[in-house]
Amino acid sequence: MNLFLDALNFLFDPANLTGANGIVPRLVDHVWYTGLSMAVAIVIGIPLGLLVGHTGRGRNAVVALSSAARALPTLGLIFLIILYTGLGVGPLIVVLVILAVPPLLAGAYSGLEAVNRPTIDAARAIGMTEWQILLKVEIPLAMPLIFGGIRSATLQVIATATIAGYVGLTGLGRFLIEGLALRDYKLALAGAILVIALALCVDAILALAQRLVVPHGVARGLTRHPDESAAPTPRQHGRVSTAPSNP
Amino acid sequence: MIEFHSVTKRFPDGTLAVEDFSLVLPSRKTTVFVGSSGCGKTTLLRMINRMIDPSSGSIEIDGVDIASGSAVALRRSIGYVMQNSGLLPHRRVIDNIATVPLLKGVKKADAHTQAMELLDTVGLDRALAYRYPSQLSGGQQQRVGVARGLAVNPNILLMDEPFGAVDPIVRDDLQQELLRLQHDLDKTVVFVTHDIDEAFLLGDQVVILEKGAQIAQVGTPKEILANPASDFVASFIGADRGKRRLAVDSTVARSGDDVVLVDGAGYVAGVIEAPGGVLPGSGVGVGTNSRARSVSNKTDQAGDA
Ligand SMILES: Nc1ncnc2c1ncn2[C@@H]1O[C@H](COP(=O)(O)OP(=O)(O)OP(=O)(O)O)[C@@H](O)[C@H]1O
Ligand SMILES: [Mg+2]
Repeated sequence: MNLFLDALNFLFDPANLTGANGIVPRLVDHVWYTGLSMAVAIVIGIPLGLLVGHTGRGRNAVVALSSAARALPTLGLIFLIILYTGLGVGPLIVVLVILAVPPLLAGAYSGLEAVNRPTIDAARAIGMTEWQILLKVEIPLAMPLIFGGIRSATLQVIATATIAGYVGLTGLGRFLIEGLALRDYKLALAGAILVIALALCVDAILALAQRLVVPHGVARGLTRHPDESAAPTPRQHGRVSTAPSNP
Repeated sequence: MIEFHSVTKRFPDGTLAVEDFSLVLPSRKTTVFVGSSGCGKTTLLRMINRMIDPSSGSIEIDGVDIASGSAVALRRSIGYVMQNSGLLPHRRVIDNIATVPLLKGVKKADAHTQAMELLDTVGLDRALAYRYPSQLSGGQQQRVGVARGLAVNPNILLMDEPFGAVDPIVRDDLQQELLRLQHDLDKTVVFVTHDIDEAFLLGDQVVILEKGAQIAQVGTPKEILANPASDFVASFIGADRGKRRLAVDSTVARSGDDVVLVDGAGYVAGVIEAPGGVLPGSGVGVGTNSRARSVSNKTDQAGDA
């Protein structure tokens, strides 16, 4: 408990906020690594996943590739890359991208696969082009799963970006490494708390964004339109309605 | 006018769904394809809007081979209504109806105004315009599907068992609505069903199909009822089991000018007018065991459709 209080004290001490090794610059670096990796991973993973999902082709290859990528030991991989390229942000981003692409791919193609086939068939039958089907039907309907992929990839990247501290970069991982090296456990704990807090905040922001991006009527358990509660509306032609009204 | 010229469809897995099918579907009439499951009705229908390409043969609309233009343009010019409405679940009713006009570049306000009018046309309350499809009953969804099919004001309307998934009362309602619509709008309708009563009710031309889309008989409901071309047709339309062969029931005391008709099994099928005890057009007095060849009470409007 004492350790925890010490860690909190460290976090809320204004003296630790700024300065070259302060919380703020390291947080900014951490967010920067995360953002950059996610941007690259999204550019690679989402279109590829959409392509696979829309055409139904190459699914097995993608699944195999994804599980292989997931099985790679991140730390080993980054040291391997550094051996060849030397230190720098590059190897870190490469590793994080490799980590982030599989969940993005999976979200995108499983999202498209989950879209009701007759709905797509109907869209095609009334004269949508393949692009229009993808953009106006498949992607909106797949949005919950695509976004699920983005959220889980982001969380993984935030957690894994702590390894930046091992390869001469900064980020919140530095607190963990320095804390362990100096046996200053409150420092290590403070670092861990910061990573967790960042992950929670970012996920909350993404959850909010998801609500804005996912179209109404897609989310399951969708809310009823206000007039739903009104009395059943009579038909235009004076015919007695025989259709069962919605519960 | 839609013409099939020796159209054959063999699917990649070897299934011969349609074999050497030739037929003319007259303009501004309703042609109904009827037959049991798997006989190739849907395949025939979907070849008209190029959702399926024939393996051989050709299809012409008003003398133009449909394969000559773009498939997307063709589909946008043809209304298509399917069994489970096929509405886009993430769009409100009004946007579902306006989908194709919006794709074609019609201004949103105009497309919405027209969509509202189409709600009237298909007998739906305008208040439903802002609901999502999942907030409608099955019958209401089908009506929206029909409205969407009409939104581009197509000359041709393809309907694949549009009333197959609603309860019999709602189906009756929708069938009557379609008859009224067809009377007002004068489209070339191609309708697929496996319900022979529905076929006789809606069809100007009824095409009875066997496996591989082989035409067992084509004609008006009256022609088919009067002269089933084969045992298959007779059995399919229920004539052989006496379901459609009606007789005046002489055991029930008559009151007024209606006489009770019974089918071959002795079940009551309806009543027929016999002013003064004489069946119209026959000159035969009722009360004897005279037989009337007629359709059941449900299908007797088919003749004047
Ligand atoms: N994509 C496909 N690939 C292979 N075979 C198919 C395909 N679509 C249909 N078939 C086969 O072609 C035949 C005709 O199918 P079709 O869907 O036209 O029948 P249908 O008359 O519409 O039947 P139903 O009344 O059940 O809808 C069937 O044997 C069916 O199994
Ligand atoms: Mg079918």
